Amino acid sequence: MENKTFKTVGKPLRKKDAMGLLLGKPAYVDDVTPRDCLVVKVLRSPHAHALIEEIDTSVAMKVPGMVAVYTYRDVPQKRFTMAGQTAPEPSPYDRLILDQRVRFVGDAVAVLAGENEAAVNKALKLVKVRYQVLEPVLDIHTAKDNPILVHPEENWRSLCPVGADNHRNLCASEVSGDGDVEAVLASCDEVVERTYHTKACQQAMMETFRTYTEMDPYGRLHVVSSTQIVFHVRRILANALDIPRSRIHVEKPRIGGGFGAKQTVVAEVYPALVTWKTGRPAKMIYTRQECQIAGSPRHEMEVRVRLGAMRDGSIRALDVYTLSNTGAYGEHGPTTVGLSGHKSIPLYTGGLEAYRFGYDVVYTNVQAAGAYRGYGATQGIFAVESAVNELAARLGMDPVELRKKNMVREGQAMPAYYGEVAGACALDRCMDRCAEIFGWKEKFPVRELGGGKVRTAGVAMAMQGSGISGVDVGSATVKLSDDGFYNLTIGAADMGTGCDTILAQMVAECMDCGLEDVAVFGADTDASPYDSGSYASSTTYVTGKAVEKACGELKEKICALAADMLGCGPEQVEFAGRTVRRLDGKGQVSLAQIADRSMCGNETALQATCSHSSPISPPPFMVGMAEIELDRETGSVKLLDYAAVVDCGTPINPNLARVQTEGGLVQGIGMALSENVTYTPEGRILEDSFMQYKIPTRLDMGKLRVEFESSYEQTGPFGAKSIGEIVINTPAPALAHAIYRATGVWHRELPITPEKILLGMDGQE
Amino acid sequence: MLSIGQYVRAQSLEEAYTLCQKKSSVVLGGILWLKMQNRTVGTAIDLCDLGLEGIEETEEEFRIGAMTSLRALETHPGLNAYTGGAMARCLGSIVGVQFRNLATIGGSLYGRFGFSDPLTLLMALGAKVELYHRGVLELEEFAALPFERDILVRVILPKTTKGAVYRSQRNTATDFPVLTFAAARRPEGLVCALGARPGKARLFRDEEGILAGGITPESAETFGRWLADQAALGHDLRAGEEYRRRICRVLARRGLLELAKEE
Amino acid sequence: MEISLTLNGKTVKAQIAPDTLLLDFLRQQGCLSVKRGCETANCGLCTVFLDEHPVLSCGVLAARAAGHQVRTLEGLQSEAEEFVGFIADQGAEQCGFCNPGFVMNTIALLRENPDPTDDEIRAFLSGNLCRCSGYEGQLRGIRAYLDWKKKGGADRGE
Repeated sequence: MENKTFKTVGKPLRKKDAMGLLLGKPAYVDDVTPRDCLVVKVLRSPHAHALIEEIDTSVAMKVPGMVAVYTYRDVPQKRFTMAGQTAPEPSPYDRLILDQRVRFVGDAVAVLAGENEAAVNKALKLVKVRYQVLEPVLDIHTAKDNPILVHPEENWRSLCPVGADNHRNLCASEVSGDGDVEAVLASCDEVVERTYHTKACQQAMMETFRTYTEMDPYGRLHVVSSTQIVFHVRRILANALDIPRSRIHVEKPRIGGGFGAKQTVVAEVYPALVTWKTGRPAKMIYTRQECQIAGSPRHEMEVRVRLGAMRDGSIRALDVYTLSNTGAYGEHGPTTVGLSGHKSIPLYTGGLEAYRFGYDVVYTNVQAAGAYRGYGATQGIFAVESAVNELAARLGMDPVELRKKNMVREGQAMPAYYGEVAGACALDRCMDRCAEIFGWKEKFPVRELGGGKVRTAGVAMAMQGSGISGVDVGSATVKLSDDGFYNLTIGAADMGTGCDTILAQMVAECMDCGLEDVAVFGADTDASPYDSGSYASSTTYVTGKAVEKACGELKEKICALAADMLGCGPEQVEFAGRTVRRLDGKGQVSLAQIADRSMCGNETALQATCSHSSPISPPPFMVGMAEIELDRETGSVKLLDYAAVVDCGTPINPNLARVQTEGGLVQGIGMALSENVTYTPEGRILEDSFMQYKIPTRLDMGKLRVEFESSYEQTGPFGAKSIGEIVINTPAPALAHAIYRATGVWHRELPITPEKILLGMDGQE
Repeated sequence: MLSIGQYVRAQSLEEAYTLCQKKSSVVLGGILWLKMQNRTVGTAIDLCDLGLEGIEETEEEFRIGAMTSLRALETHPGLNAYTGGAMARCLGSIVGVQFRNLATIGGSLYGRFGFSDPLTLLMALGAKVELYHRGVLELEEFAALPFERDILVRVILPKTTKGAVYRSQRNTATDFPVLTFAAARRPEGLVCALGARPGKARLFRDEEGILAGGITPESAETFGRWLADQAALGHDLRAGEEYRRRICRVLARRGLLELAKEE
Repeated sequence: MEISLTLNGKTVKAQIAPDTLLLDFLRQQGCLSVKRGCETANCGLCTVFLDEHPVLSCGVLAARAAGHQVRTLEGLQSEAEEFVGFIADQGAEQCGFCNPGFVMNTIALLRENPDPTDDEIRAFLSGNLCRCSGYEGQLRGIRAYLDWKKKGGADRGE
């Protein structure tokens, strides 16, 4: 680890927007866009699979105040994907804004626009639809090659070779590997073979999906949306509406949470359609219920793990097969699944002789899945980490020791991670430190408290990536302005994570100025330099590097102009933060003077734009340990203590890194213990509100303790990797482990509810 | 989406009663449940001007106005002293403080919701409700009645019990309960109520005299088993019948032992 | 129907529909700090004071509020300002969407119980959901604020 000292990087500075947000200043889509615009709502299908035989909008249109009701007849017939990904998107082009075939309970049937909400609500009840109800595909196990097709249409398209075939209900499939898995497994002392199941959990960001659209004075569609991906929104809307991209301008204000949900164009197409057709401003605000039933949740996955090891605990082979449910549409289907193996298997690179990773991603007639923090890694890590814990139990080994024996170490090449080398990896230190602060030796043993209550603990490791290697592009423009302050313009999206502040800290570090001397703007497709957007744990690592580069270029330009002012060559001056001075001590000019000079008779723009893309995606690593108190008589689990130690490289802002971690842990705790998704036999989701979908309250988590064991990533800005996603990955396996310790029962399906725990113990005692 | 044609603040109980006879009328409590319904209401009758807010304590009883918030009950020193803290324990898990500041005891009881924590406890405590038209009747009796167009004016809680306990099982801290259990020593003997079965709360008395010899770990266990066998339990999104049966025994046993300890 | 109420200390008269929720009314009145996060009274984002009690404005008819005092974060800026800096110092504001409701209810808590324990804080705020922060940073911030107050509330050098 390099011991660099920084002035601004590494400091727990306040987020630039913190006070404004805490004081409730208007900042979000619905706060900053006009109220007197058309209200847009979507009529949703009550059937999981049906064809619209007849749709009559005439009565609905008679409601005073109604302006438009659009059906499948009114929309372009070119298919597109709503997935916010770099083009050509791996996600198949399987969507229309409105389709004659509806594919899940909640799928869009008609788009309604009216002068006020009451009118639209009334009209929603008056659209008459006759459906030909079709049998849905609801079981992921029989979806592949099912005679019922979710996407039988001829204009379905897959743009990338992901193994998709709409005639087989396949959104993607692949098998990859290294070495002879079967042979190694056959020679192992122990083979743990288990299947794990995770549900289509919801991001449940507090601000639901929402978008405002209007025609600007230049005849362009101006979109203000709560999105992580302004540039992808521009492209996707152009595809959906079949209009030139040049006619669209997208910006995002403050975002009330995203967690990946807003990496998909969930709401944007509806008001955009209305505005494009009527020329009038329009707004769509998703209800919470719509978020729950027609959002973009985590892919339900069933992950089968075959883990081969010797009696001494050396893990020699991992065979992972994932069956992923993309639901009715393929957003992020081909890509999320990859992480279930590629971000779980490499954790055990240590002595791994062979691995195989195969998957099928199937279409079914349920809500389409999308991107949710962890993006497949969460599901895969729950499976692999649980299997490793099962191995430890079988071998009677301490699971911490078992991991230390097998974990990936710095400098190792990871065959299951595209051959990348773990260039910066403090996983071993994370494990030691976590065991120490948690008190693993004391907390792991099962302790009887009497009255049916026991205390014990569980452990898990995790990794993620830092951006999508060779794909993600981060960009930054840094400009010197009057008085010598800097404007930083980005296309990445701060969704509460604090990237505006983190990137400004990097500018402050590079330009040797205060954080208050950096004003941040973004993201806006007309004004920002191109950035793929904030997802895949990319912003700090990828965009951060672009910031660093742009600062370097700007410094050179500033020095050149200053040298001119000082009557010497650029090589004879040095940049000294608030001034540029001659190396010979014969004069200096202030940044303010240089800025003023740049605005008068100057031909050198004191502005630099740089882009960055990384051929590698260095993984952050972490260890999580959970102590629980379990009531064997009721099945209740009380989380007492969760310790996590993270290697995210250099934490640019330790406060924000810590809160990212704590937030991710609690989301993971919810996924593990309470966030359930169940369907009626007809395919309707029962947990369609916060009344039924139970995200943790502050009474449902114990104490969280977070520390950092930093490695130094040479390719990252100031040694940084990423933190945003990895933090959600450890709670599910660690809690399942602790619950096993307390009950003797492995729970391989989430969430692990008190009922499952109590009834699961039958036959155990 | 709740739609309301007319909002009326009743100026007398008589006015409220007359207005609520119409099928399309609704008496407003805290509207927390009402507003979630897809319902068109003709006249919404608000009792907020009738002085039905507040808890009166006398030597013999508590008189709790129908418009009193759950939070007011939860934090009422007299009620908590009388119930040994069971009142706070019963209400404190309902969503959040801001919710409980709105939810009224009248609304909670009038709805006779299966998930109702206060219905369970107040039933065990032998509370009565005063209806404008029908008059005063036992909460137990009221809960079993079909819905009638009447005004719940107040809850009367006679100070006749000695010791009470409240327990609930929840999947998460502030979720609806999976099962609620309350027990109280009444003059006629121990009475307990079981709610969120998921059906609405029902009273159970120690008909077989299981606890006649006092509450011991053994008798509490036996009573819990008896109760679990007696009670009609079912399934909902939160848990199945078998789970409810199992925790019924546990809640009852633990509750009774706690009650025994209180003496 | 016409209502009149006191909003952040000022008398406001307005025409409303009988089914207007206080939440929507307040946003119409420009109190944009009041947020909606659900339809089921579960999230706490819309917390305001009704006669100085914290309530969910999604669960109150605007008509019911007539004649009463309503206060939103817009009307409590200085009281809020004293402590929210401590939340900012933890980075626990995060996306900010839940903040106004959380801040309002924390003010209510501290008015009612100026020296709460951690458990009392958790219990009082349990109806305020936050999906970003994991709650721990909010607790640290409140704790830091209370500690600061106990030490006399000295200048923090801002």
